[in-house]
Amino acid sequence: MRRFLFPLGLFFSLVCLLGAGLRLNPQEIPSPLIGKPAPAFALAQLALPDKTFGPQDMQGQVWLLNVWASWCTACRQEHPLLLELAGRNQVSIVGMDYMDARADGAKWLEKHGNPYRLSILDSDGKVGIDYGVYGVPETFVIDKRGVIRLKLAGPVTAEIIEKKLLPLIKELNRA
Amino acid sequence: MRSLLLCLMLAAAPALAEPTLEQHVTRLSEQLRCLVCQNQTIADSHAQLAVELKNQVREQLAAGASDQEVLDYMVQRYGDFVLYRPPVKPSTWLLWFGPLAMLLAGLGLLFVKVRQRQAQGDALDPAGETHAA
Repeated sequence: MRRFLFPLGLFFSLVCLLGAGLRLNPQEIPSPLIGKPAPAFALAQLALPDKTFGPQDMQGQVWLLNVWASWCTACRQEHPLLLELAGRNQVSIVGMDYMDARADGAKWLEKHGNPYRLSILDSDGKVGIDYGVYGVPETFVIDKRGVIRLKLAGPVTAEIIEKKLLPLIKELNRA
Repeated sequence: MRSLLLCLMLAAAPALAEPTLEQHVTRLSEQLRCLVCQNQTIADSHAQLAVELKNQVREQLAAGASDQEVLDYMVQRYGDFVLYRPPVKPSTWLLWFGPLAMLLAGLGLLFVKVRQRQAQGDALDPAGETHAA
């Protein structure tokens, strides 16, 4: 009997290792940008095409950069939550309309409501690449010094807002 | 058949000698993972992001960037995950050397077991001594 103990133990530890691997979410790619300054850009605003916006304009504030698009279905899902979050007046949310047409983006905001302090248009996705965006929606938390502190891939949920976003925003606001 | 092959090789020779930008883009793109469809390289993928990333590779190569500079650019944005061939560093040692370590451990265990069994066999079976001698 004892001679089976070792192989059996080995087998179970392998099962545990593979089981843990299955539970990991391969869609969640750790961002190398965490703890680094938000990449600079100057993009035209969605509503005011002749005005630009860049991260330097938010210096001294904690803010969210939410990447969205009118063609993105998961953005529809998180939109009501963003509207509610904006309503609490705890943090400014800037939208980045990603690989979209200006008219489509504007129409989408008109139809579903606008949680953003302003939106910028990244029509060819170049700034998106600088931020390592690989799907929409994605949300970045940027602190007062312009450093990226958190990246959320996929739609935010009520739970993420309560347990992750708001506590982090509070902490960053105190700093 | 052989002459046909030779003709083909001759026809391909100029292209080999002087790789075009497009071939260079493809070769480099084959080392980069598409982040949307993760089991494909951006050379294989038609996802919009993959197309955009390929455009980036093309632009940078055209501007005179080296292969390594383009790869570094991608890693800065998407992390090591974007490389189809993970780099060898402490956090990936298990990935690179784990299978070899397991093979060696298995062989070692087998060796010890066989030696043990031989020793047991020799002790139980006096005739074994004559074989050993």
